[in-house]
Amino acid sequence: MAGKTLYDKLWDQHLVKMRDDGTALIYIDRQLLHEVTSPQAFEGLRIAGRKPWRLGANLATPDHNVPTTSLERESGIAGIQDPVSRIQVQTLDDNCDHFGITEFKMQDQRQGIVHVVGPEQGATLPGMTVVCGDSHTATHGAFAALAHGIGTSEVEHVMATQCLIQRKMKNLLIKVDGELGQGITGKDVVLHVIGVIGTAGGNNCAMEFGGSAIRSMSMEGRMTMCNMAIEAGARVGMVAFDDITAEYVKGRPYAPTADQWDMALEAWSDLKSDDDAEFDKVVEVRAEDIKPQVTWGTSPEMVTTIDATVPTLDDAADDVQRSGFQRAYEYMGLTPGQKITDIQLDRVFIGSCTNSRIEDLRAAADVAKGRKVSSTLKQALVVPGSGLVKAQAEKEGLDKIFVEAGFEWREPGCSMCLAMNADKLGSGEHCASTSNRNFEGRQGYGGRTHLVSPAMAAAAAIAGHFVDVREL
Amino acid sequence: MKAFTVVKGIAAPMDRANIDTDMIIPKQFLKSIKRSGFGPNLFDELRYLDEGQPDADNSGRPLNPDFVLNQPRYKGASVLLARENFGCGSSREHAPWALEDYGFRAVIAPSYADIFFNNSFKNGLLPIVLDEAIVDGLFKEVAAHEGYELVIDLENQKIVTPTNEEIPFEVDSFRKHCLLNGLDDIGLTLQDAEVIKTYEEARKTTSPWLFNN
Ligand code: SF4
Repeated sequence: MAGKTLYDKLWDQHLVKMRDDGTALIYIDRQLLHEVTSPQAFEGLRIAGRKPWRLGANLATPDHNVPTTSLERESGIAGIQDPVSRIQVQTLDDNCDHFGITEFKMQDQRQGIVHVVGPEQGATLPGMTVVCGDSHTATHGAFAALAHGIGTSEVEHVMATQCLIQRKMKNLLIKVDGELGQGITGKDVVLHVIGVIGTAGGNNCAMEFGGSAIRSMSMEGRMTMCNMAIEAGARVGMVAFDDITAEYVKGRPYAPTADQWDMALEAWSDLKSDDDAEFDKVVEVRAEDIKPQVTWGTSPEMVTTIDATVPTLDDAADDVQRSGFQRAYEYMGLTPGQKITDIQLDRVFIGSCTNSRIEDLRAAADVAKGRKVSSTLKQALVVPGSGLVKAQAEKEGLDKIFVEAGFEWREPGCSMCLAMNADKLGSGEHCASTSNRNFEGRQGYGGRTHLVSPAMAAAAAIAGHFVDVREL
Repeated sequence: MKAFTVVKGIAAPMDRANIDTDMIIPKQFLKSIKRSGFGPNLFDELRYLDEGQPDADNSGRPLNPDFVLNQPRYKGASVLLARENFGCGSSREHAPWALEDYGFRAVIAPSYADIFFNNSFKNGLLPIVLDEAIVDGLFKEVAAHEGYELVIDLENQKIVTPTNEEIPFEVDSFRKHCLLNGLDDIGLTLQDAEVIKTYEEARKTTSPWLFNN
């Protein structure tokens, strides 16, 4: 019999029951909650007179709606200017207080984007199942965890039963072997992969990232990659457990200690696909082939390299893609064949659950150090992923580097990743963004998003247009 | 979810085909953080003469006197009588939420849009399909007799009219089981509560660090 994949193992370990209709009950170890997708779930519990199954499995923090200027943040929830946002954030507080769920509230230093906060606290651990009412929950798979994004009804279901109803997915391995070039990050690798397999390439699959380039990648880089598995259609992204994982987890507030640590290490050491495991599909990528990536269109698969040009209609694979290209040229205000380095920018956004961790900020600060943001830019924002990331960056003096260069240094939250708060693009504005979605209107009505790594975003802020970070 | 066994109540007629979910609950109310409280805004654009806003007080708003639910004789209705393709349009689960919150427990119509039909069962609202001719007959009876009440007996799959006439109806047996017992997905999963607890106990032994807080 063939060995098991990491996904097979995690599935088997959490299988509570196979049901007659072919679905399975999967036990959930951790649920993360935020203000946007939880209110109706809490309301549902209340109406039905139910209680959370296991309080300690839940952890909440507001992120999508919170303002990022210190002025608005100082006066707490009352200071949130948009009344609809204010109510949503207040509701999360009220619900968590009512049910007794631990919440890192807006004024708490541990507050931040759920997908940054979970790992940072050790609330995401290897071997866990993690869910959250947010598609980028795939991020947590970087810890050899099985992490699903779920809908509001499922949030309620998990709160009430500690289980998720699932059907088993297929196994997909993305194998990245070799050594990444200088200045190439997890973001470039995952954008490259999405360019290769497309936004539907991972549909109905649990996507494991493996190979020597992944083995030597930091946890931050792995999280960035798993975060964007969903952009390739995979609800689940994963990386096997190793010393790098253990090193990252050790000593975090929710991580096991003493005897439990040793016991956990022992259990976690098996969290990898067996050598003879069979995948339904394997995609191989050479690390050396990957250059800095820039998306030019309105889907993450519309991606190319910094030294390239906007593809022409001849580059499209079929009619469907051709019409997609056509619409994207129009929306993005680009001409086929135009050089990527000629795209002029209006704003730069460094942040989001994809790239707002300390390593991301260090990489951007490295580029920004001693340089100035181009005067042609309207705004360059740096939004740390959590209060603790912010504090760490300030301890290292990164905030000063950014501010001296002309970046705005903000309070933690989702911010311009989806423009649910006041941070938005104006219509027609081009933005170099370290976030994960370049859909039409994502960062503001009519806004034009280009996805890049933090170093590439910082370099673009300095130049006012895209430049190859390797040539700085 | 509320169990549905026998419901007795006044029937209110919405004499119109293709009532869409936008009519049932207009888009501005989807900003809400709740899934209850939509009742006062059910059929908002038909029911009031001004434009409704989420979180606003509806008590002082001018009512449309021509709208059927505003007529005193249909006050407290719990059965909605409608024409074909009821609930078409967007997939918003707010539509059954609003009907339920208003006080409706059942809808009787010749046909429904699929998504609405499914969403209703998930929320304790029984959508009954009857022949067009029978529905038409009910519309006439309701119009002719003030205080016309129907008894809906789910267990025996029949509607009883005030003159003790019985009208049988079909319902999927699994859905019937869930409604009778008030089981939603959560209710069903909780039938396995013991299995979940057993699993959890085992997990506490193999991975005790997951249960520290
Ligand atoms: S940062 Fe963006 S993608 Fe991530 S959780 Fe927030 S809104 Fe979603």
